[in-house]
Amino acid sequence: MDMDTVLPVVWFGVIGFGILMYVLLDGFVLGIGVLAVFAESDDQLDISMNTAAPIWDGNETWLVLGGVALFSAFPLAYSVLLSALYLPVLAMLLALIFRGVAFEFRFKAIRWKRFWGVCFAAGSLVTAFAQGTILGAVVEGMPLQEGRYAGGVFGWFSPFSMLTGTAVVFGYGLLGSTWLILKTEGRTQEIAYALTRPLVGVTIAFMGLVSTWLPFLDSDIMARWFEGTNFLWLSPIPLLAVANAVALWVAVLRKAEVAPFVLALSFFGLGFVGLVIGMWPNLIPPNLDIWQASSPASSQGFVLVGLAILLPVILGYTWWSYTVFRGKVTADVGYH
Amino acid sequence: MPVDLDPLLLSRIQFGFVISFHVLFPAITVGLASWLAFVEWRWLRTHNPLWRELYFFWTKIFAVTFGMGVVSGIVMSFQFGTNWSGLSSAAGAILGPLLSYEVLTAFFLEASFLGVMLFGWNRVKPGLHFLATCMVALGTLISTFWILSANSWLHSPAGYTLVDGAFHPASWMEVIFNPSFPYRLAHMVLAAFISTCFIVGGTAAFYLRRGRHVEEATRMLRLAVAFAAITVPAQIVVGDLHGLEVHELQPSKLAAIEAHWEREEEGAGVPLVLFALPDAEAERNRAELAIPRLGSIILTHSWDGGIAPLSEFAPEDRPPVWPVFWAFRVMVGLGFAMLGLVAWSLWQWKRGRLFDTPLLLRAWSWMWPSGLVAVLAGWITAEIGRQPWVIYGQLRTADAVSAVSGAAVAVSLAAFVLVYLFVFGMGGYYIGVMVRRGPARVHPPEHDAERKSASRPMSAADDEPLEVDA
Repeated sequence: MDMDTVLPVVWFGVIGFGILMYVLLDGFVLGIGVLAVFAESDDQLDISMNTAAPIWDGNETWLVLGGVALFSAFPLAYSVLLSALYLPVLAMLLALIFRGVAFEFRFKAIRWKRFWGVCFAAGSLVTAFAQGTILGAVVEGMPLQEGRYAGGVFGWFSPFSMLTGTAVVFGYGLLGSTWLILKTEGRTQEIAYALTRPLVGVTIAFMGLVSTWLPFLDSDIMARWFEGTNFLWLSPIPLLAVANAVALWVAVLRKAEVAPFVLALSFFGLGFVGLVIGMWPNLIPPNLDIWQASSPASSQGFVLVGLAILLPVILGYTWWSYTVFRGKVTADVGYH
Repeated sequence: MPVDLDPLLLSRIQFGFVISFHVLFPAITVGLASWLAFVEWRWLRTHNPLWRELYFFWTKIFAVTFGMGVVSGIVMSFQFGTNWSGLSSAAGAILGPLLSYEVLTAFFLEASFLGVMLFGWNRVKPGLHFLATCMVALGTLISTFWILSANSWLHSPAGYTLVDGAFHPASWMEVIFNPSFPYRLAHMVLAAFISTCFIVGGTAAFYLRRGRHVEEATRMLRLAVAFAAITVPAQIVVGDLHGLEVHELQPSKLAAIEAHWEREEEGAGVPLVLFALPDAEAERNRAELAIPRLGSIILTHSWDGGIAPLSEFAPEDRPPVWPVFWAFRVMVGLGFAMLGLVAWSLWQWKRGRLFDTPLLLRAWSWMWPSGLVAVLAGWITAEIGRQPWVIYGQLRTADAVSAVSGAAVAVSLAAFVLVYLFVFGMGGYYIGVMVRRGPARVHPPEHDAERKSASRPMSAADDEPLEVDA
């Protein structure tokens, strides 16, 4: 096994990890925005947004890491994917702008306070849907000719990608509502509990629907899952997901505060791993695998050294910044 | 309705537009973060509440600017793939790792400690809070290091081998520390510091002219003058060295900067063109005003040194002369205007009249954006001057563009223009309101471990909201 064989595999894992961190961490922040319409007052939305205000920027950085890691390890996949997904990526970027500045602007405005609240909600919703669509389109695969994207401007548009788009909106909503259970109290928390119950049901339903649909897609996902003894080896993932769903349901009924968030994260994580395993070893199913899209070992190795040293440090101070802001966020202490 | 929309031209306009907006925010935050670290250090040393007040005031402005920098920066990190897939597939193995290191060493650092810096005043000990501010400042400088390295590589590519049309790294030291990098890094960091000096000094002068926040303003203006007295002359030296480097590595850019069309006769030296209307078709300047030999002295540090004229490059290898020539003159003109203002300020300071010379204060309050304008002009000079190449001498911009339809790019360009003008316009408006209101006497809650929520002490003074009902 030489470096040219091994490094792309490692990088597939690294990028998968980065994107998973992003979906989980920004997922709950975007979820707060998705659920913003249910806030009964500006004060409630203030509290919700303040639970994330000190950390959203760091969470969003994982998206940038995913992007540049793909750029450096698999430049071909980066260039094909982003130009193929031109419009959904554009929608995501613009929505992220509105979502991001709303954190600052909303607390500086008075007459436009409502407006920036709407921007926060709409920006989060569009971001979530665009990311789900992108995910679906990548899993579904895209046609390539001589290393260039050969579908049209709307090649990403399909019933499946619309389904995954919707599923991610609800999934992020679930992450957001369980986060608010953890971080708030009183009326805001009550609303979060009330939202979590249906969201758990809907998210489970969507996960089931996506999983059922997967084998009928034109990519190699079916083969990956059902070839030979693969299913046996991979069966813990769906089994764990089912067990996770049950535990999540019970935790919400029991009105636990921490467990719902943790279980929502792991549930989301299992779904993500299930999808990524289905794609392996392709970056763009069905024809572009990780070795074809790879940058030279000198590039992948160079960044990997830095990653091995810096990732623990990053995780360390990220954890520290979360502990600085641990505990419930309440209305009485001076937010903006 | 078939309209001929050129994806290359539209992508170039789009990239120029989004990056011009984006660069303004780091240009402010790089300097402002160091300024904030300085101010908090003074507060910890002296415990004079004035410093704390200044810290809170500038932190609010920093937060809004940083937020805009983050969201416009995310656009940049995807832009290479969406619109420049030719560049990213050819040079991803070089540029990707440099940007990855930027994320790993700078972005996470900035983002994580920014939360503590903005919201942690009463949740961590003062020393730890100061550390958070320093980490944010350090993060902005590390970020500048990597992004300038990546950009400089496009101007002076080094340390690579070509494999099937793709750039593969041969020596990372040579890639990172490519020949133009040291000059361009120093130039940009100084530019960011200078931009901050003039924003802080301009704000101070604005208050002094109105007799408001006098105590804070005198302190800010003194510091702005002192820091500018170091950075502006340093910038002129660095700029001169940078010019010598461009002469050597990017002769076609230098020829466009000087609008120098024909080689002078042996020993005649190159004149310095002060004013001209470059005419690319006639390959000459109209209405030219030039000083003989001064070009040679500045560009080659000799009496009769020559530079390559535009006519020695094939027409398809020449950058557009007009924007490069004029952007450069705007930058240098502003540089010397800033130098003049600093010299004048020092003289008045020596006479004890720094704060009560109306004309001087007026100049400062007008000159506040001069650093930012010079930054934009400098980048226009550098980037348009590199054309028609995206990687100088190696890859043409025309070969770097994505295979996206012109219509899709037209849609995205229109969307970016509308959204940026509106969103960042609003951001600028909020900053303007904050500056006009000025620093207020703040009494933040004492450091208190019992505090449960992420409070926003920076805004503790904002009892009345920011928007004015006028």
